[in-house]
This record gives sequence, C-alpha cells and structure tokens, in this order.
Amino acid sequence: MIDKKTIEHIAKLARLEITDLEATEYSQQLGKALTHFEQISKINTDGVEPLLTPAEIEPFWREDEPKQEFTPEEMTRNAPSRAGNLFKVPPVV
Amino acid sequence: MNLTRATITEIVEAVKAKSVSAKEVTAHFLKRAEELNPKLNAFTSFNVNAVSQAEEIDARIARGEDPGPMAGVPFGIKEMLCTKGLVTNAGSKILQNFIPPYDATVVARLKKAGVVITGKLNQDEFAMGSSNETSYFGGVKNPWNLDCVPGGSSGGSAAAQAARLCAGTIGTDTGGSIRQPASFCGIVGVKPTYGRVSRYGIVAYASSLDQAGPMVSTVKDAALTLEVISGHDEKDSTTSQRKVPRWSQELSSNIKGMKIGLIKEYMQGGLHADVQKTVDNAVDALKKMGAEIVEVSIPMTEYAVPVYYLVAASEASSNLARYDGVKYGYRAEFQNLSAVELEDFYGKTRGQGFGKEVKRRIMLGTYCLSSGYYDAYYNKAGQVRRMIMNQYLEAFKNCDIILSPVTTSPAFKIGERVSDPLTMYLNDIFTTSTNLAGLPGMSVPFGMSSEGLPIGIQLTATHFEEQDMLNVGFALEDASPVKGKVPHVI
Repeated sequence: MIDKKTIEHIAKLARLEITDLEATEYSQQLGKALTHFEQISKINTDGVEPLLTPAEIEPFWREDEPKQEFTPEEMTRNAPSRAGNLFKVPPVV
Repeated sequence: MNLTRATITEIVEAVKAKSVSAKEVTAHFLKRAEELNPKLNAFTSFNVNAVSQAEEIDARIARGEDPGPMAGVPFGIKEMLCTKGLVTNAGSKILQNFIPPYDATVVARLKKAGVVITGKLNQDEFAMGSSNETSYFGGVKNPWNLDCVPGGSSGGSAAAQAARLCAGTIGTDTGGSIRQPASFCGIVGVKPTYGRVSRYGIVAYASSLDQAGPMVSTVKDAALTLEVISGHDEKDSTTSQRKVPRWSQELSSNIKGMKIGLIKEYMQGGLHADVQKTVDNAVDALKKMGAEIVEVSIPMTEYAVPVYYLVAASEASSNLARYDGVKYGYRAEFQNLSAVELEDFYGKTRGQGFGKEVKRRIMLGTYCLSSGYYDAYYNKAGQVRRMIMNQYLEAFKNCDIILSPVTTSPAFKIGERVSDPLTMYLNDIFTTSTNLAGLPGMSVPFGMSSEGLPIGIQLTATHFEEQDMLNVGFALEDASPVKGKVPHVI
C-alpha cells in the first residue's frame, strides 16, 4: 500500500488528474507492485556503475547545417487549436 | 500462385518476373484484411493509396528500373511507427488523430525497398501491455481462437500476420512485445540487438529498451526484412555504425557443433506442460542436428521483471511528459475560454487522454524518479541491470545461443488477467532480460498446445550476432512439428 496522500502528490508531479477511485486503485496496485520490486534492495551492488543504455557509444559527427525538412504548416497542422501557424491555448495563470 | 500462403521471397520473385503484379498482390491482401478484420480488430486503419502505390512499383518494373529487394510486398505497420500521412495513434486516445508529417526511418527504408504499406496495426496503448487489452481502439483477437488474446503489445501485428492479412508486419519490442505475441500467434518475430534498428519516428516508450523488428511467417522473411530496416541512421545517435550483414543470403540450417545454452534458473518447473514439451522437443531436434547442449547459469535473471518495470516506467514517465495538449494530440475541453490554471490544463488533458495502464506506469515511474526514491529504485535498478547484462555476456562465453521458453503458457483468455497488473507483469519473465541487456532475441513456432494454440521457442544471441540466432531459428523451423499449420481463418 502506498497511502493516498502520496499517490495524490505523485499524480500532481506527473501532471495527471486522477479520480478518487483511481487514487484508491493505484495506492493498492502500485503498493503491491513496489513491494514485489523491492526484492532488488537485497542485492549487493556496491561499486556497480548503473547501466543506462546498452548502446555502443560510437561518437559520430555531421556538419551542423540547418535543414528545413518541414514547412510551418506541416509542423503545426496537428495542433488541437491554432491561429495561423501559432499554437493557441486558453489564457493560463 | 497461392498469394495468401506465399512467403515474402516468393512474392518478390513473382512480382519481379511479372507473373503477378504488385497491384494484384496488394489488392488481394487488402481484400482479405477488409473481410477478416471485423473478426480480429488487428488493423486500426487502411492506406487508401496502397493500390496506387503498388501501381508505381509495377511502373518501375515496366520501365526496367530496380524496384528494390522487397518489391510489391504488402506490409502492415504497428501504430507505434510514424507513417507520413497515415494516422499514428500508438493505441492511445491522446494521439487519436495524429497524422505525422514524416515516416519513421524503418518505414522509409521499407518503402524504398519496394514495400507497400497497406495499413496500421492495433497494439496496447503506448506498447504498455502483454495482451492487447489496453488499446483505446479495442482488443485484438487471436486468429487461432477468438476467445484468446493475441499477446502484446504488438498483438495487431501478430494477429494480422497469422491470419495472413498482409505479407509481413513490423512490431516493436520493449520487454517482449514482438516475441510474446509471435509465440501466441504462431509466427516468427525478431527483436534485433539494441542499436541495430533506428528508433527515429517510433513513438517513445522506454528509449533504452525499445527496438523495432519483423513479425513475419518465415525465418528467411525475417532475415530479409531485418536487412532492409537495419543500419546506422544519423537521426538516431544510438544506432550502431556496424555494417549490416546479408543475413538472408547467409542463412544456413547447418548448426553442427554449435553450442546451445539452457539457463539453469529457467528449469525449475512452473511451466505449462505443453510449453515444457515444446522446449524439450526443440532441444531434442537440435541435438539430432548435431548441436551441443550446455547448461549456463544466470542467477540474476530472477530480478529481470522488477528491474524491467522500474526502468521502463521511469523512462516512460519522462518520455510521455511531451503529451501536453498544446502542439499535437488530445486536449481536454475547457468550457469557458477564460483563464485556466496551467496545472489544470495539463492535468485534465493527460488524465482524460491516457488510459489506465499508461497512467499506472507514469505514476510508477514518477514515484521511482522522485526525490528520496531515486537511489532506491531507478539507480538501483540500473546497477542490477548491468549485473544482468554481465552475467549474459559471461554465459555467452560458453555457448553461441541461449534457448528458452517465450512465455510460461500459451495464449490466455481475453479478460482473464486484466484485473491484476502484477500477475500480468510477471508474464514477462522470459523476455525482459533480453531488452535490459540489449541482446537480439526471436521467437520461432515449434509447438501446439492440446487446445490448439501455438507455442514458440525463444532464441537469444550475444550482441550483433543475429546470424547465429537466425540460423538456429532456420534449422528449428525446418524441423518444426507445426510447420505449415495455419489458423482456421485461412
């Protein structure tokens, strides 16, 4: 169990509006999952560098040349609301 | 020519020899897809320009131009991959109407090779799921038994391919999302080495784990497709600059003397009897072909699922922060256009736009990355991840390929496991470590349950050794007791 207050705090950090019912569900489900996942805490990882990506890091360089692959129309066409080629949002405070 | 049952290689040869036109092939598969899709819900949309694009391939052939190594082959593409001018929704309400202005590199390379995109394929929302039940656009059904799930997250790809609604499909695999549905639907699915295939234009879930790959009917088709989509891409700095081998031409079922490793920790029971039997049969078949069976030990493998979910959820919570309702995607309705609180704007949009499982993982990831928990969860998971990878690399000093089950059981019933997320997560026990370590893996059909559901065998190789893996897959395919079996819808 993760208490509901923590769940509400996490939801706020994640910018997710969740219902009271969802908060109750998540507090049980995430609590259960984390309890299971916590088994890794018993592993001795002293001095082990975390593996953040399995990619071979092979630096490569390309010319830093500006490219215009898309038109402003193409880049703004998917916006839920726009004014010309500008993104439109309600006034925010 | 029986187009429905034809392999990709056969289609390409026939199209190039003009014994069938690309247009006929595309029309044939589109007709099948339109007829059978209401039963399966595998396709989410069709490409209305597919037939005219196939005609262009025919025109190129008529003019004597090289139409490409996959000329006239109809493909369905998972909703995770951007397709220029075709909706790319990632199985989510939040991207319901998103039409990308560009193709993912994988898609661009397929098109350049002569592939015709016939439509987009259903999936779990943002690839988060193992049963396709989290899609906003409804679950996909398994063509072998319509009461069963096709697996996930690339369930639409697996179902469409098994029912031959297209000649080939592309899926993505973050923790098993190509291999598990391939096993559940009786097709061949390959997750390449991390860095082999560009992620440019693929909707990001967990960037250090995501890879796209072929989900097709034969190992040779998989090798050919992989050749076309692999290779360095200047738009994805994690792609390898290694040369792409000619896997399809080098394919050989002569595996005499190869060392096949069995993971000791996986042999402690708990498997569905038919899965166990399939594994035993595969081991026997490989022995008969002259392979040497060795036991290897990867003690840390038991931590793969916890590490996977901690890493994947953390990366997801960061990747999915981009869905803000401003630049593209769903935005919540705001009744009066007077001032709104910024937090409300984001919160409502995201709260309504994401489905339950996605929200659950964003919450889990945010928790793991939040102040006070970062070291205990995200950092610790990264450390254990390295230990898992090192144990695999150690094991590969003693064997060429690791053979294992893909899942603990064949496809389960729709609705059977949705209520308990943890049980669903634990399904991924055999597939997640491959992604954590960045290794290539594949599923090859090799068995059938007593209830008539397909069972695959998982093969894993060390980094960039796809050829060995494909060769063992090729040998198994040839010896498979279920060779040529297709679901009743065909």
